Amino acid sequence: MAIDSIKDKAAIVGIGVVDFSTDIGRTEWYTACQAIKLAAEEAGVNIDDIDGMVKSVDDGPDPTYTGKGLGIDNLLYHSENHWGTSAMMNAVHAVAGGLCNYCVYYQTAHRASGPEKCISDFLVAREFRDDSLDMVRYDYFSPFGLIGEPGYVAMMYRRYMHETGIKPEQLGWVPIVASENAARNTNAIFFDKSITIDDYMQSKLIADPIRELDCAPKVDGSIAIVITTPERAKALKQEPVIINSVASGYALEGQNYTSYTRDVITDLPEMENMAKELYRVGGMGPKDIKVAMLDDTFAPYVPMQLEALGFCGKGEAPAFIEGGDKIRVGGQLPVNPDGGEIGQGRFITTRIVEAVRQIRGTSTNQVANTDTVLVASGAGGPADGMICRKE
Amino acid sequence: MVKLIEGIPIMRPYIDLDNQGYWDAVKNHKLVLQYCTKCNRFIHPPRPMCPTCRSQDTMEWKESSGKGILYSYVMFTSPKMAYPAYELPYAVVLVELEEGVRIVTNTHEIEPDEVQIGLPVEVMFEDLPDGQTVYRFKKREA
Amino acid sequence: MSVEYNADQKIPHPAMWGVLYKSSTPFWDGVKEKRVMLQRCKSCGYWLNPPRPMCPKCRSQESEWVAAKGTGKIYSWVTFNESPHSAFKTPYEAVLVELDEGPRIVSNVVGINSDELEIGMPVEVTFEDVAEDLTLPKFKKVG
Repeated sequence: MAIDSIKDKAAIVGIGVVDFSTDIGRTEWYTACQAIKLAAEEAGVNIDDIDGMVKSVDDGPDPTYTGKGLGIDNLLYHSENHWGTSAMMNAVHAVAGGLCNYCVYYQTAHRASGPEKCISDFLVAREFRDDSLDMVRYDYFSPFGLIGEPGYVAMMYRRYMHETGIKPEQLGWVPIVASENAARNTNAIFFDKSITIDDYMQSKLIADPIRELDCAPKVDGSIAIVITTPERAKALKQEPVIINSVASGYALEGQNYTSYTRDVITDLPEMENMAKELYRVGGMGPKDIKVAMLDDTFAPYVPMQLEALGFCGKGEAPAFIEGGDKIRVGGQLPVNPDGGEIGQGRFITTRIVEAVRQIRGTSTNQVANTDTVLVASGAGGPADGMICRKE
Repeated sequence: MVKLIEGIPIMRPYIDLDNQGYWDAVKNHKLVLQYCTKCNRFIHPPRPMCPTCRSQDTMEWKESSGKGILYSYVMFTSPKMAYPAYELPYAVVLVELEEGVRIVTNTHEIEPDEVQIGLPVEVMFEDLPDGQTVYRFKKREA
Repeated sequence: MSVEYNADQKIPHPAMWGVLYKSSTPFWDGVKEKRVMLQRCKSCGYWLNPPRPMCPKCRSQESEWVAAKGTGKIYSWVTFNESPHSAFKTPYEAVLVELDEGPRIVSNVVGINSDELEIGMPVEVTFEDVAEDLTLPKFKKVG
């Protein structure tokens, strides 16, 4: 148990979103600068006042490049974090701890149009890092053809089917509701019309039991988020979104997407540990959460997270998602009203953007009276998350 | 004075959408620099945003006079640190162009003992057998 | 079914990051001698799977390698209908086998049709030379 000194000590005051595309026609360096500029403008923060930068190591140019592009004169704080949206924790700690005043968290990744449009350093770095993450996979999985994330998740999901009895007719509601939500989101380029259960059942079983529609498609995008203290936020343009708590979670025998050696491989203990800390620091519980922004890079993670985060009991998630009513806007717990990553493309910081819009009341798919949103990332472990709230 | 050793390729630039104009010009034996028409300033190396006005659509390519002075240099004399494609010793120099920006380059027909800070130099181009065009700097009258 | 390979494509070999960490070499050396080698903590007996330099239970760094019996049960599996790698002809299965000793390892099946596969099915190891320089431990029906 850590101390809870970060509770309500930081706020999101601006978001910058470069329109998603399957071929954005720019370098990652270009769109990183573009998103930060948009976010600063939206917040009403002068770029010269930005003195902190954080990002995930995987996505986008490092602060040396973005700082150079933006003409930043000094950075009091800069860091890169590994997993999911865990760089958000760095930003919150930096701002709450007084290491910097205005911190930008940016994510830039052009996964759809491909590497040739990135600059080489980033690419080399990304390839290298993938290799090091995959140490165990390359030694023990690849020779047998267990290659790629859909396959890794499928191995775990078959076991989840076996243990919970979940049927494709139930899991299908995750992508169906995602597509319905995405259909209303102007930045979601993948679904201009929603899919039905028949579409889902006909979707190709690429890594049986995982279907093509269970996977978030690749996309080009760039997002930046400005974080400062609630006090400084008062002088800025937007209604601040208070960060009630941030936390991360790890668990014994964890291995990104492939924790096959634990006794039970169908729980998400990283998420459970993360949630415990998140609720403790924030002084909240699952019942206080109005909207859940869950990691849906692969559909099976959604029912598993609903259980791990305490939104329903163990074994109850398949029934909870069936038919979609409970997770739609207007339901008991709206999940990813922006369409999530399945509906918009694989891009983790979309969850933070939608959380901000829901609290501000400006979502394309607004849930009435949203005052608290939970954001979770890293279902494949390690996990991280955030609860944010209205001021 | 840079002499290439046959059979060892030199490293190629990684060309992307931000620097393509620069390398296309080199191919045509021209040295161009990024120029912000709003701030009236040259920028190097190429990048996606003017660091002064933060505009992303005011930048164009402007041909450099190709003239400058030697601002600093490194003399590679040992194979331990040198890139194997070049005969030792060789100089890597930082040239400050008349436009005010500095670029990293090699020298052409300048002996090691002539490489000195302040030496007036100008650009020249060479087409290599592997199809690549490189720019180097030679002495000029001050 | 058994995995069929495209003869002109190189099957992914173990990356042997063991060169760096010396953790996987004993496993693959064992495979060459047709044995499934498992790493176990010498101090508390915890299975170190995948192999690693420290026991996460008692934090001892003394370990030993023991040969598994080679029998186990199907714990889970994936059928690849879209190949993630050019060496593998689709469809094929990757399986997770729970060895009788406890540890689970990723492998393939030999001579078991996909519609026969089920969780809990007893299997035993068999060794297949898939390339001149690569032998893989795979699993077939018991008996």
